[in-house]
Amino acid sequence: MSFDLENLVSDLDIRGAVLYFKGNVDSEIINKALDLVEGKLLATRETPRIRKKVYNVLVESLQNLYHHADLVPRGYHASRPDRYGLVVMEKLGKGYRVTTCNFVSAVHVRELEEKLTRINRSSPDEIKELYKEILNHQEITEKGLGGLGLLDIARKTGHRIDFRFRKYDNNNTAFRLTALVATE
Amino acid sequence: MEPIIIEGTPKTPSVKFDASEGIFEIKGRSIPENSVEFYKPLNEWLDNYMQIPLDKTVVNIRLEYFNTSSSKCILDVFKRLEAIHKSKHDVEINWFYEEDDEDMLEAGEDYDSIIKVPFKMIEIVE
Repeated sequence: MSFDLENLVSDLDIRGAVLYFKGNVDSEIINKALDLVEGKLLATRETPRIRKKVYNVLVESLQNLYHHADLVPRGYHASRPDRYGLVVMEKLGKGYRVTTCNFVSAVHVRELEEKLTRINRSSPDEIKELYKEILNHQEITEKGLGGLGLLDIARKTGHRIDFRFRKYDNNNTAFRLTALVATE
Repeated sequence: MEPIIIEGTPKTPSVKFDASEGIFEIKGRSIPENSVEFYKPLNEWLDNYMQIPLDKTVVNIRLEYFNTSSSKCILDVFKRLEAIHKSKHDVEINWFYEEDDEDMLEAGEDYDSIIKVPFKMIEIVE
């Protein structure tokens, strides 16, 4: 069986998900996803604090795909090769879990892994200081600021970011990122 | 100077910069994919205002959400206000946050620690 990004989320409850999307994450898709989730969150009994955290984490997760997903490998089925990814948001007993998957060029894997490992090893205060350091001293590009989205997710969730890589071929790796907004 | 008045959208904030009053406001959501494009005219307008600022400038920031790419653009707005403050003009930044929104309060505190302008954190109680 050929590889699909869905293989990376086979352990998740896709059918019961608050949000599930696989395809090209353009601006219109982001708008629709945010509208849908905002409506669903408003229909829950979650506090504004939790609703905002979940919404913020979803914004950064979707925009990470928009700005940073590398092109899909040749031969992989996608209507367009750019901004291709998968996003799942689930409501679990302990909170809301947002998972994104996309392809990363093999040359970017090490840098991304180091960035995430550093975030996961840092204390909340260290993450806060690193965030301010990048905010104040890095130049912004059309893709945003290097790693600020991941730091923001780490700050807002207060949890380590779960991630995994799966080699697709010599030039491309599939990447999964999971963040949990705890409600307890 | 002509004021800047921009209506808000689901992804971009409403903006009112009025040089005749010295009161500037950014309100709503700032989560566009390309924040630089949205904030560029605001920062260019501030570059002109910086040449002839009023004795007192009050800035009200009432954001519900903002993304990380907006965070840098907002810092660029504040850096211009800092330059006005350094040139011996009064500048006051009012950072509004909703009750229990500790993330928005922390974001304001981040800016307060970077920018040398008096910041006032104002909690909005529903």
